[in-house]
Amino acid sequence: MRSIRASRLPEREVTPEALFLRRRAFLQAGAAFSASLVFGCGEDTAARAATPESAALAKLPDVIPAPEGYRTSEEPTRYADATAYNNFYELGTGKEDPAQNAHSLRVRPWTIAVEGEVAKPGVLDIETLLKAYPLEERIYRLRCVEAWSMVIPWVGIPLGDVLKRFAPTSQAKYVAFETLVDEQQMPGQRRRTLDWPYREGLRMDEALHPLAILAVGMYGRVLPGQNGAPVRLVVPWKYGFKSIKSIVRMRLAPRMPRTTWSDENPSEYGFYANVNPHVDHPRWSQRSERRIGEWSKRPTLEFNGYGEQVAGLYRGMNLRRNF
Amino acid sequence: MKRRWLHRVLIALALAPLAGLALGAARGELGANPVETITHTTGAWALRLLLASLAVTPLRRLDARLAALAPLRRTLGLLAFGYALLHAATFFALDLGFALALLAEEVAERPYVTLGFAALLAMLPLALTSTRAAQRRLGRRWIALHRLVYVAAALAVAHFLWLVKKDLREPLVYAALLALLLAVRAVRARWPIGLRASS
Repeated sequence: MRSIRASRLPEREVTPEALFLRRRAFLQAGAAFSASLVFGCGEDTAARAATPESAALAKLPDVIPAPEGYRTSEEPTRYADATAYNNFYELGTGKEDPAQNAHSLRVRPWTIAVEGEVAKPGVLDIETLLKAYPLEERIYRLRCVEAWSMVIPWVGIPLGDVLKRFAPTSQAKYVAFETLVDEQQMPGQRRRTLDWPYREGLRMDEALHPLAILAVGMYGRVLPGQNGAPVRLVVPWKYGFKSIKSIVRMRLAPRMPRTTWSDENPSEYGFYANVNPHVDHPRWSQRSERRIGEWSKRPTLEFNGYGEQVAGLYRGMNLRRNF
Repeated sequence: MKRRWLHRVLIALALAPLAGLALGAARGELGANPVETITHTTGAWALRLLLASLAVTPLRRLDARLAALAPLRRTLGLLAFGYALLHAATFFALDLGFALALLAEEVAERPYVTLGFAALLAMLPLALTSTRAAQRRLGRRWIALHRLVYVAAALAVAHFLWLVKKDLREPLVYAALLALLLAVRAVRARWPIGLRASS
């Protein structure tokens, strides 16, 4: 068998793949930016799915309608907007990048490792999550730390119900979550915009609160890639960056885990990140928000309007210090 | 020769993004957050046009034939000011709901707003004294006053850097361009190439 003639280029001359990809991304960004200077806004209009039907995503069967207290009567955000305006830096830092890059995310096979302070550690398969648990609709407000918000009809499972099956021990004081790391599937991870993997965490009582869900769908169908497919966290009383997407690991821990945005900028992003109009972001006010779909801003509510259900978790806590 | 057509072409080109916004708004094609799109687009074009006006002098010194570009500097500057006004108006109207008390608070408490407001204020006297009449009346002081354009550009870039959450690439490109334009001038001031007839 004839061997393939090796390249004459010595090994040391070959650009390391990471550097090559970074340079290519830089050149592409430069070219795109220059093109945008010539052609106008510089905003690519991604092909937006106007409705859940046109998104061609699988319907979720037997979804239990949201009970009282778990659905807001406010108008849900238009599907086209909810799926084309996303902060998901793994798929690009522009708001419309995740929708454009979502196609590269492979959501099958998908597992979530459940480990740490649990009596029965294991691996949760996404198919099990979809079939072995009753799926509930939850219509929640989602408030981003950037002062915009949406109303999303999620489909999911209470996080506590899932965690209980793994039997957390008495040492389980916190839950730590991690997102997938895979540069091939998540092109945004080729740059160290954030310290991948994206990490988030909840105190145990927050994780067990009935409002906290693992969402597997929205608008009656499975999650699109840009919204954190195939499974993500939704904690509606906290800023959106706490609702970690595309989860691959849940670790029960005795101590407060590190979280990505808090690591990134501890003076701007805290662990608790409860929505609080009285505690401003260092650089902008949190007193009001823009509901996507509206032109004027509206006042922000304490705990994003879920105060009645969650304020008790923080009795006695200084929420300015523990922001 | 004033070459009015050149100015008209420039104005038409520079107003194209504005037309794009108006059309987009009417058709609902400004994305999920149209206010953000409008704010970003008007701000970006204010900065681009301001930098373009700063590029005129270095560019026309490259070649005597480019001397025709000189009068464009004022047009570009005024277009930049126009976009900056629209940018500020969008913020005041749609973010602050025309609340003056809120504006005062934001200018006082948010550095990125302070910087933006300062950039706009720096451009105001330049716009007001942009006429030939003002230039004649002020004489040498006009040149001194119009050095404020460097301050305005620097403040605008700082404003952009301050408000970005994480990805600094776009504002850094503008910062680099401004640094380049300032460096070119600094070099020339330090090592003048001698009197040129077209200066």
